[in-house]
Formats: sequence, structure tokens, C-alpha cells
Amino acid sequence: MSETKSLQGRKVVLHDMCLRDGMHAKREQIGVEQMVKVATALDDAGVPYIQVTHGAGLGGNSLQHGFAPASNEEYIAAVASRMKQAKVSVLLIPGLGTMKELQAAFDAGARSVHVATHCTEADTSPQHIAFARKLGMDTTGFLMMAHLNDPAGIAAQGKLMESYGAHTVYVTDSAGYMLPEDVRARVAALREALDPATEIGFHGHHNLGMGIANSIAAIEAGATRIDGSVAGLGAGAGNTPLEVFAAVCERMGMETGVDLFKLMDAAEDIIVPMMDHLLRVDRESLTLGFAGVYSTFLLHARRAAERTGVSARDILVELGRKKMIGGQEDMIMDTAMTMAKARGLEGVA
Amino acid sequence: MKKIRCALIGSGNIGTDLIYKIQRSLVLEPVWMVGIDPASEGLARAREMGLKTTAEGVDGLLPHVLEDGIQIAFDATSAYVHAENSRKLNELGVMMIDLTPAAIGPLCVPPVNLREHADRVEMNVNMISCAGQATIPIVNAVSRVQGVGYAEIVASLSSKSVGPGTRANLDEFTYTTSSAIERVGGAKKGKALAIINPAEPPLIMRNTIYCLTEDEPDHVRITESILQMIGEVQKYVPGYRLVNGPIYDGNKVSVFMEVAGLGDYLPRYAGNLDIMTAAATRTAEMFAKEILAGKIKLKATEAV
Repeated sequence: MSETKSLQGRKVVLHDMCLRDGMHAKREQIGVEQMVKVATALDDAGVPYIQVTHGAGLGGNSLQHGFAPASNEEYIAAVASRMKQAKVSVLLIPGLGTMKELQAAFDAGARSVHVATHCTEADTSPQHIAFARKLGMDTTGFLMMAHLNDPAGIAAQGKLMESYGAHTVYVTDSAGYMLPEDVRARVAALREALDPATEIGFHGHHNLGMGIANSIAAIEAGATRIDGSVAGLGAGAGNTPLEVFAAVCERMGMETGVDLFKLMDAAEDIIVPMMDHLLRVDRESLTLGFAGVYSTFLLHARRAAERTGVSARDILVELGRKKMIGGQEDMIMDTAMTMAKARGLEGVA
Repeated sequence: MKKIRCALIGSGNIGTDLIYKIQRSLVLEPVWMVGIDPASEGLARAREMGLKTTAEGVDGLLPHVLEDGIQIAFDATSAYVHAENSRKLNELGVMMIDLTPAAIGPLCVPPVNLREHADRVEMNVNMISCAGQATIPIVNAVSRVQGVGYAEIVASLSSKSVGPGTRANLDEFTYTTSSAIERVGGAKKGKALAIINPAEPPLIMRNTIYCLTEDEPDHVRITESILQMIGEVQKYVPGYRLVNGPIYDGNKVSVFMEVAGLGDYLPRYAGNLDIMTAAATRTAEMFAKEILAGKIKLKATEAV
């Protein structure tokens, strides 16, 4: 039996990221009106979950991560009140976002949350996962930069998140570094370790062009939830393009419940015209995927390059070598300055 | 020379590192280590280092406070039990140095406000957090030159240096540090971010401090103030080092710091542990010197 046939009839829950991960690609500058326009189109296309926050999630408004034109609560309230069927979700990274902010997001209408930690630090999330459950939210434990932990390690971390109360555990390829075999091994290890009632998800970035293939590999290994982004609007070379993924699912006989043509229209008519730069695998986003660097670092590295004269690619490779992880955006300028000094490019910073 | 006798509560990373710092002090002597698990490695190590130990929590220490002449206690347990620990020991006239995020006493960053606390003979001072100790001196160095409307700090800690208590209670760390950036750092609004990085070999603690000044920043005076403040912190944390900056971008001042520890209990990458225990020790030493000189006298608080 071919793999294509084996997925026939499988149900996949889609989760759109263009109003959260996509904020990174827009330097956090999507306005409330624009968010409502995108979200209502996705809601109308049948997308069941739509993530809406600052790119770095709750608590994200900062000098480190940039200031959005509106607060998270304003975005969530404006979008949630217009949804016919979609649930609004948020991102919360402990150490940045707090339970107070989760309460405020819930009050504004959020009903689902990705509680995200680095793939080895799940034990920083017990308070937040338990609190999300107490609020009655659909709760996901989100293991970022998952290529930096092996399958057994990911399974152990996922087990912790499950023990705190997570309904779903995600393998998150923040660097767009993984290949289908890497995804399959991690999802399978989680499936083996977790309670059968706990769902597994996959969040991809398209830096090596593997977003769709990796998502399919995840489903083959037991994942039932997939993050993507209409037209790929997200950090780095973008997320798994959701309309493309939906089309592939349809070809393979999987059920997503979305209207493919409406999703295509949203991509073409709304999202693409919003883009500041064409999202594609280019020199720097390919470097992210190749060197295993957090996708959000892309635009920060370009700015540090302008300021110091060190190329963005060299900065990204050095950040990968130094094993910098999500949240360490301050270390991009710091690293660029240190490299500039070493190269005698003084006086630029 | 006579020394002030101390008790350490909590036998984890911080409590253990404190033994080394206090044993080197000319005015402090570590006498008791208090834990809750008789089989804990921390208590065994404390015994090997010559301390008396109890595994029955603070209640196991109380009967010995007066006979052993304990005058200062360091609490490195958790925010949830600190208030009770403090109440019980304060009633016996023991001054508390709080290394938990409980912060029931005034917040202390030695080069900024230790003198005031000693003058007031505070019976409980709080050391905020490692990130607070590493960054608030810089925020204060800017705010003492000109108004800071907003300050934000980012602390990167190596995974191996962050104990289970901090991990399970990250929000308390965030709230306490953010509030201290305002109350001690002098910023109108403060925000703290923490990142735990598991890289091997472990990365040295890094801290980035951003300040938004209310008016155009005076580059020369602010840079001079920051360098002077770094010198003050280096008196008790020699590995406190400026890596890059200050850089000025409009009203934004950015400073990139590194904190290498002394490598007492955990290796040198764990500067976060060191800056906390070193600041607590420095605080205790200031009180101890004043007590020994007869300038201040600790008073038991009344039982309520």
C-alpha cells in the first residue's frame, strides 16, 4: 500500500500563523483593520484556528522584539468578535509572556494557546500550561528549535508538557532545518511516549523548501495538527504555505474542512499585496535553514548588517555556531559588533 | 577578628555557592545550613564544609538560633515559604537576606541603595533576581544622569545554571525584576525578559540593557556614568564586563554585558548565580561591619 493511500480519510486540523508568525515578516507592523480583513477571509474559508498576536506572542511588545501598532488585547478583541467559526489562538513564551497577559488575552476572546519553550526547557512552562487549562483553553505545548534535541529527548520534553496539562504537543522546526526523516523520527517518538488522547502537531518553516513535505511526514508519523500560513507569511522564508498544503491534503484524500479556492483567493488577493518583501528562499533565509538558525533572526541580521558592515549571512552563520536560540535577538547586534571589531570595521556601531 | 554568625536556608545551587562566599568573608561565618531533604547532596556538602545542618526546615534551626548566636540568615528557598521563614527568624532578632522573588522587604542592589538599607537597619532586604543584580546598576547609571521613561533588560542564562525553583516560577522572576527596574533602577516603566539557553559548553551569562531616555541622551555623561558603575559592581563581581556599547540610537541607549562567575560551586559560566550570591554577601557584610563596630543593633520584631 502506498503512503498516499494510507492517509486517505485522515483528519487534519489546520492552524494559521500569518497574523502571528507573519508579524515577524512585517516587522510587527500589521494594523488592527488589516488583521480583521485577513482573519475574516480565513474564517470564511473554514480555517479552524487563527493565531493572532505580536510575532513574539504575549508580552512581545518590546525593544528586543519591536513594538506593534496595537496591543495584543486590541488585536484579539477585534478579530475574535468577528469570527463565525474560527477560534483565535495566541503564542506565549514563558520568560517573555506571563499568566497575567494570558488572562488578558482570554478576556479579549482568545480560546487556544501555544505555550512555547526551547526544545530542552519544557520545565519552564508548568505554570502557564496549567493556567491555560484552568481558563478552559485549547492548550498546546510548543517545543521550539526541535532539531536541537533528539527524538528521545523531544519525547521526554513532550511528556513533561503533557503532565502539566497540554492537550497537544508540537514539534516546532523554528529554523526550517529539518528534513522529513528528522520530523518523522521526532513525531513517532512523541506518539510512542504520549497518552493516545494527546494530539501531536507540527510547525514548519520553509527555509529549505521542506514545509509541505515535512508536514506530510509528521502526519504519517501520527500528527493531527499542522501550522501553516496563507501565502507562507511568516519568519525566514515563511511558514508552510497553508493553501498549498491544503491542496496537497485534498489530493491525498485528507480532510481539512477548508475551502481551497477561498484560501487561494485570500493568499493572492489579501496576503501577497501586504508583503514588504517577496517571501522566498533567498540567500539569507536559506542560510537560516542550512545553519539551523531561528527564523525570526532574519530581518534583525539584515539591520545589524547595515549598521556594522558585516554581511547578514556571516552574522547568521556565527549565531548558529554560537547556538543562539529564539528570544536572543539582542545577541544579533552584539555578535555583529564583536565581528566588526575583529575585522577592523570600527566606528560603524 | 570577631565574625557575625550566619544561617543559610535552602541547600540548592544558591545556598551551596553562598557557603564559599561567606567562608571567605572577613566578617561573616557560615554556621548552619537548613534543608528539607535528609538525603540531599546540598546538606551533605554543607556538613563536609563544616556547617551544622538540619533537614527539618527553619523549624529545625529555631531552637539553635540564640545558643549559636545567629544574627543573619540568607533565604534561598522559594517565594512561597519565605514570609514564614522571615517572620520566625525576625522574632528572634535575626536579619534576613531574601534571595527568593518574595520581596517582602525593600529591594537591594548594593551599589545603588545598600547604604540606605543599612542606615535604616532593615530586618529583611530582598536581592531581587540574578538578572536584576546584573542589570539594574546600569539602568540606575543612566537614570541618575537623566530621566529614563522605559528600561528593558534581557538576561540569557545557561540552562545548567537555572535551578528547578526558578524554572517552575518564571513569572515571579519576571514580575519581581520588572518592578525593581522601576523602583531601584529609576525607570518610569520596566520590563524584564529571560532566556534559558542549553548550549554546550554552557554560555556565560549575558545581559542586554536598553534604556529610552526622555530627552536626547547626553552620550558623554551617560557613558562615563555607566563605566563608573561597572567599576562599583566589579568590586564584588570581578567578572562583570562590558562587551559592547553603550551605543546610542536616537533616545535608545543599549549596553551589552557579560557576567563570569568566580567558579566557586558552579563553573564560571554561571555568572547569574555568582552575582546573586556575591550581592547578598556584600549586603550581609555591610550590616555585619556596622554591627561589629557598634553602629547598628538588630532588634527582634514583635511576635504577632
